[in-house]
Amino acid sequence: MRSRKDRVIAFLMVLPSLVAIYIFVYGFIGQAIQTSTSDWGSNPAQPPLAVNVVKSYVGLQNYENIMTDMLEFSFRNSLANTFFFTIFFVVGCLVVGLVLALLLDQNVVGEGIFRTIFLFPMALSFVVTGTIWRWMLQPNGGINILPQQLFGLDPIDFGWVNSRDVLFPFEWGQVPTYLTYFGIAIIAIMVVNFAMKGRWRASQYGVIAIVIMGLVLMAGLWDKIWLPLDEAATEAIIAPKGFNAALIGIIIAAVWQMSGYTMAMFIAGIRGIPEELREAARVDGCSEIGIYWRIVLPQLNPIILSAMIILGHISLKIFDLVFAMAGPDNAQTVVPGLLVYIEGFRENSFARASAIAVIMLFFVSVIIVPYLWSQLREEV
Amino acid sequence: MKSRLSLLLVLGLLATLVGGVISAQDTSGELEIFSWWAGDEGPALEALLELYATENPDVEVINATVTGGSGVNARAVLKTRMLGGDPPDSFQVHAGEELTGTWVVADRMEDLTFLYEEQGWFEAFPQDLIDLLTYEGGIYSVPVNIHRSNVMWSNPAKLEEWGFEAPATWDDFLALCPTIQEAGVVPLVVGEAWTQNHLFESVALGVLGADGWNGIWSGETDPAGPEMVAVFETFGKVLECSNISDDASGLSWQQAIDKVIAGEAAFNIMGDWAAGYMTTTLGLEPGVGYGYNAAPGTDGIFMWLSDSFGLPADAPNRDNTIAWLTTLGSLEGQNTFNPLKGSIPARVDAVSAAPDLYNAYLQSASADWAENTLVGSLVHGAAANERFMGDFNQVMEIFLASGSAEATANAMSVVCIQSGACGGM
Repeated sequence: MRSRKDRVIAFLMVLPSLVAIYIFVYGFIGQAIQTSTSDWGSNPAQPPLAVNVVKSYVGLQNYENIMTDMLEFSFRNSLANTFFFTIFFVVGCLVVGLVLALLLDQNVVGEGIFRTIFLFPMALSFVVTGTIWRWMLQPNGGINILPQQLFGLDPIDFGWVNSRDVLFPFEWGQVPTYLTYFGIAIIAIMVVNFAMKGRWRASQYGVIAIVIMGLVLMAGLWDKIWLPLDEAATEAIIAPKGFNAALIGIIIAAVWQMSGYTMAMFIAGIRGIPEELREAARVDGCSEIGIYWRIVLPQLNPIILSAMIILGHISLKIFDLVFAMAGPDNAQTVVPGLLVYIEGFRENSFARASAIAVIMLFFVSVIIVPYLWSQLREEV
Repeated sequence: MKSRLSLLLVLGLLATLVGGVISAQDTSGELEIFSWWAGDEGPALEALLELYATENPDVEVINATVTGGSGVNARAVLKTRMLGGDPPDSFQVHAGEELTGTWVVADRMEDLTFLYEEQGWFEAFPQDLIDLLTYEGGIYSVPVNIHRSNVMWSNPAKLEEWGFEAPATWDDFLALCPTIQEAGVVPLVVGEAWTQNHLFESVALGVLGADGWNGIWSGETDPAGPEMVAVFETFGKVLECSNISDDASGLSWQQAIDKVIAGEAAFNIMGDWAAGYMTTTLGLEPGVGYGYNAAPGTDGIFMWLSDSFGLPADAPNRDNTIAWLTTLGSLEGQNTFNPLKGSIPARVDAVSAAPDLYNAYLQSASADWAENTLVGSLVHGAAANERFMGDFNQVMEIFLASGSAEATANAMSVVCIQSGACGGM
């Protein structure tokens, strides 16, 4: 039982950290949100770097501007790039990490050495990784001439980070439609899930949600809600078109760096599975592969989830890897973190940079906050 | 006993902290120079700092540089420092709109008219230059050097071997292009993004001429009109004769020059800091190891940019900084810095005072500086403010992605309006 005095002392111990977090995290987040609703740097009459610059409140104009203005196509490109980068980075890290962990689970000789080797890239900073991979992925050197030097084959003809190819093309104007289909599919799966478990109320809500989204889609409301782009003719040329092949090099570098981390988490998870479960499965006649597929992998679900969360929020905020590998001026690999830097410190458009930063914060919160909430509920 | 020892320990640490803080505030006797002259351009700055040190022996000089060609990274660092209230004593900035549009209108720079009058600089610098450095009657920086932007570099030995000559206009270049490509050589080598912008301004100057170019910034040339569309169309054709789709994005400007020297490329458009690189770092002789011409279509026009230093209004060591600016604008200072940098002095009397210091290229550039029509560079901060320069990157990307000259010219018109850089638009 804690006495009152103990609780007061405990609170006082935590108080400095609390104050620091309130000021330096939440206070500055509030300031960023406030800046994003001002016109600091967008008003030609007010020099942005003056000592007494006058900032006026303009509401959500900066957000509208970055989504619709013709000259802000970099931001829309960065959203598409982040989406594809996140998917391939997270899936890549999970798959590679899982494979490595399963291999190391086989009681090989020198397991400790291999574990260290695989974990080592994580100790490097993203800048070092980016610089190394930039040299390796030079169009006229590095990996491209390896087949020629080793086997006498033709050198690889791919520009890596300098490539302008686009894979998986899509139309930017159709994005809300795709998102709607995707959302309907997810909810439909959940509805079927609830129905099979007998949770009829929840499945009814799900069906209602699907009907509403379908109606919105068919009424063409998305065309009005999805802000119409200025200068549609030019935008059609420069809007995001798909998965920029230039991202492939960056994904490889990022997976190389972080798969050791997922491998370590999986090893810990696999080791945490009691041996009795495996013994029981073997007694029941399960093959080794069957053991992995039916016993080990399902037990790893919480680890997969937490790895996805951590990797997801790294990829949403990525800046230094892209800066080191592709530079700040490469339009095929632009990400929101880079844009905050470019718009803020090169063009002195601080309000717009804050708007981009707030949007990044929003995306990361969408991932992290539900996860934290579910963790807290579990503990209680 | 134990608690008393720990108390003494804490007090001792506190005392050290406080002492450290107090002594850190004692900054008189220091001079912090902020620039982007690292790497190949470093030796010239160091020579200048040594000259300053001999004249002011009891000042500790701090050489704070941030690498990145044309200051692309240094400016960001400078802004965080200025906004954070920690200005360097003096910082390198391109003379013209980059200084005026960012810092002077923000009331962050001190008027240097008193220093100009004291040192007699109103007579030493050309009047065109003084006009551009003046904003609303005050003058805010001291130009150290003049660089030329519209220069075409080549390797004379290789050109003779291939049988080409430097083209006189961009149409001549485009006609020569297939012949060069057949020889297995890249006709024009470009590097990363800012060097492509650099190429653009030479193309624009070659197509529009000096009056047309100046007209963009005064509002007389319509950025969405047929002349600009013609500029972008020519630029597109020039890029087809370059390595833009090959390895351009990964090359620094030095690496692009290296390709010309090595004989892998025929021509490169770069400012004449390339002369400093080739003379000082590569050890080549001007006219022999490397050749220089005015960029096609720009003979008789000198597109200038100038590195200059100013006096921030709240510089920590104002007297030391004024001594630094005095050194910069003096005959000896300019003749110490410029031969190593590969630029010509801004002072009109400097080269004639010590002609032996300047190699053949610099002598010819200095003669051009005196006789040619002078126009300001866009990419290097003389002609347009930072907002325009930043958005101009978007315009270039629109061109590279779409290939459409009309769309790009329209975009340029929008950028003109949003940044207010096109005089009265």
